[in-house]
Amino acid sequence: MSELLSTEILARLQFAITIMFHYLFPPLSIGLGLILVITEGIYLKTKNPIYEKITKFWVKIFAANFAMGVATGLVMEFQFGTNWATYSRFVGDIFGSALAAEGIFAFFLESGFLAILVFGWDRVTPKVHFFSTLMVCLGSMFSAVWIIIANAWMQTPAGYHIVGEGMHAKAIIDDFWAMVFNPSSMRMLLHAIIGCWLMGAFFVMSISAWYILKKKHLEVAKKSFTIGLVLAFISSIAAASSGHLLAERVAETQPAKMAAMEGHFITGTGGAPLYLFGIPNSEKQTVEYGIKIPGGLSFLLHWNFTTPVKGLDQFKSEDRPPVGITFQMYHIMVTLGMYMLFITSVSLILLKRKKLFESKLMMKIYCFSVIVPVIANQAGWIATETGRQPWIVYGLMRTPEGLSKSVKSNEILASIIMFTLIYILLFLVWVFVIHNKVKHGPDEIFPNKKRKFIEENNV
Amino acid sequence: MDLNIFWFVTLGILLAGYAVLDGFDLGVGILHPLAKTDHEKRLFLNSIGPFWDGNEVWLVTFGGALFAAFPDAYATAFSGFYLPFMLLLCALIFRAVSIEFRSKHDSPIWRAAWDWSFFGASVLATFLFGVAVGNCLNGILVGADKEYAGTVLDLLNPYSIAIGILAVATFAMHGSIFLYLKLEGELKERVHRWIWHTFGCFIVCYILATIYTLVSVPRAIHNFENHPWLWGIVILNVLAIANIPRAVFLGRPGYAFFSSSLTLIAFTALFGAALFPNLITSNILPEYSLTIYNSASSEKTLNIMRIIAFCGMPFVISYTAIIYWVFRGKVKLGKFSY
Repeated sequence: MSELLSTEILARLQFAITIMFHYLFPPLSIGLGLILVITEGIYLKTKNPIYEKITKFWVKIFAANFAMGVATGLVMEFQFGTNWATYSRFVGDIFGSALAAEGIFAFFLESGFLAILVFGWDRVTPKVHFFSTLMVCLGSMFSAVWIIIANAWMQTPAGYHIVGEGMHAKAIIDDFWAMVFNPSSMRMLLHAIIGCWLMGAFFVMSISAWYILKKKHLEVAKKSFTIGLVLAFISSIAAASSGHLLAERVAETQPAKMAAMEGHFITGTGGAPLYLFGIPNSEKQTVEYGIKIPGGLSFLLHWNFTTPVKGLDQFKSEDRPPVGITFQMYHIMVTLGMYMLFITSVSLILLKRKKLFESKLMMKIYCFSVIVPVIANQAGWIATETGRQPWIVYGLMRTPEGLSKSVKSNEILASIIMFTLIYILLFLVWVFVIHNKVKHGPDEIFPNKKRKFIEENNV
Repeated sequence: MDLNIFWFVTLGILLAGYAVLDGFDLGVGILHPLAKTDHEKRLFLNSIGPFWDGNEVWLVTFGGALFAAFPDAYATAFSGFYLPFMLLLCALIFRAVSIEFRSKHDSPIWRAAWDWSFFGASVLATFLFGVAVGNCLNGILVGADKEYAGTVLDLLNPYSIAIGILAVATFAMHGSIFLYLKLEGELKERVHRWIWHTFGCFIVCYILATIYTLVSVPRAIHNFENHPWLWGIVILNVLAIANIPRAVFLGRPGYAFFSSSLTLIAFTALFGAALFPNLITSNILPEYSLTIYNSASSEKTLNIMRIIAFCGMPFVISYTAIIYWVFRGKVKLGKFSY
């Protein structure tokens, strides 16, 4: 067993399970947070009580989701130290300040104002409440900022020097801002945040579509759906554009990852093809069963069909990332991104012709489409992380070198089993609670009664 | 003050903030089975409802700051205390979701299950915090390579278990005083009576743990010999503890809560005074200990982080103040409650 399940495999498996599970929740919080700002903003501007009803409904779902993000996020912070102690010693000087900034600037902001957002309706004025919603939304985005900067530094390290050698080497910071604005940080951040907006928008549309199909809470559902649709359409365009910017940067800074994502084995002399799909075969150095656009990759990266693109043959075999998973995940993400752009464009046209909400087919499609941004977000991250392999910090530290030395594989196995069981339980509970909330639907609002309450209590 | 000492003190402040704030959340969890009806259980939960999440951020920030300022100590402690930390995470996850999900569904079995999970998670998390503190005071087996060389069972030594029990007693007392502050009517009178029990347990554990520390961890008072002013903390601590029964007797919950908060701050200060300058003490050879100098980040990073901390702290303090101001007064159940 020890041969098959080495400490490295187990530690990576554990990280993958816990981060993927965690990453179900924050994107939804970030996306829903923005939608709450929009709906409450409209309410404040128009004073139309329907928007208050809408906001209160989504706040309840937001709260249930937020708790899961907090609970699973704590695991991530501690796991660097428990499973990847040598890595933590290596990057602590750089990574740590980003993590500390995240705690101070982001977590306090969002968790503090979350209390007012969820419990404070009757205790503060509408304007203060809106301000709290805005702060929660900003806080959730700030928390993405710092963790993505830290991850981007692992992709494209900058602003540091190395002291010590071998297992005692450490990266020491030279220039804080060069670390923050390392070559990939801003483009990764943009792309990831937009992915979160898609998540929030499709989630809102899915539940709204279900109400429309069931002919319940129609006013809330249609208004929510429209807001979600507009956000999803803008985000789909932005996702494609930011994805393109990021891919250009990856090709410059991590050519091996780019080659793996595109299944580009042989550099050759002419333009590189772009595969729409296929199955890369590393032994035969080719993509099987694929459909390709000749010169397509060269065109995307260099704006002409003939410039060669660096292939995997330019890298030593021990420096190559796994091609199969990186290729497939990247292609899944791109395909789903295209799907979201397509479906939202069609829906906007139908909406303009007032045929969207009457189309049972479209509403059914949207009910299920909530899974699309989930998969796209996960697949995008998997491609990013597997594409960085075999490095944990690109070009500086290999993944197995980062492991904790004092941790035994059976300890990791035990904790994997523990987390898997807990997470399955939590997921079922989360689905059950969200399902209950959706079934219960939005609460009725009694504007006069509430105003009276505020006056009586002098809030 | 040099940067390393600055960060040692800052970590102490974060830890004290966590102990005072999440201490009462965990204490309410430990006392939760004492609430009888569903209504009472909900009152307990909602007394900490708006706060617990923000309070836990103090721990998250403590972890982040430890990682940033003393990465070697972070790495050694977290990989060395592997299984206890996993259990702690498990406990904190269950506490979070118990609070969030308990009242979301109206079934006795559902609610009873989350009630037990809330209680168990709060006790376990508190106990493990105490065990971690005990091991830091007592020292662990750290070798020349800065790696932990012991086993899980070494971490569960009698001394650390004693400190773990003290932690449970302390937070239970702190939580009971918080409930006394937030509840009203008959339930408040009942809580008033419990305080005498929780305080009694606490004082017994406190005296025993102090004797145990003085006998078995001589290093703990080493700094006191060179810096006699540290005895001021001890005096403060004793005064704060003595003031708790006085304030409770006078029926002044705010004053009692202030005193128990001061007790926790003094505990953290004593913990820091006993450790300094070590973060993790090696029982193999004193030279192998991880100190605030040999485990620290570069001066540049410590300086950048000091700037970040100075920029961020005013915000953190103002958010915390705003939240506690908005949700001041007695806890009432409303439409938005847990």
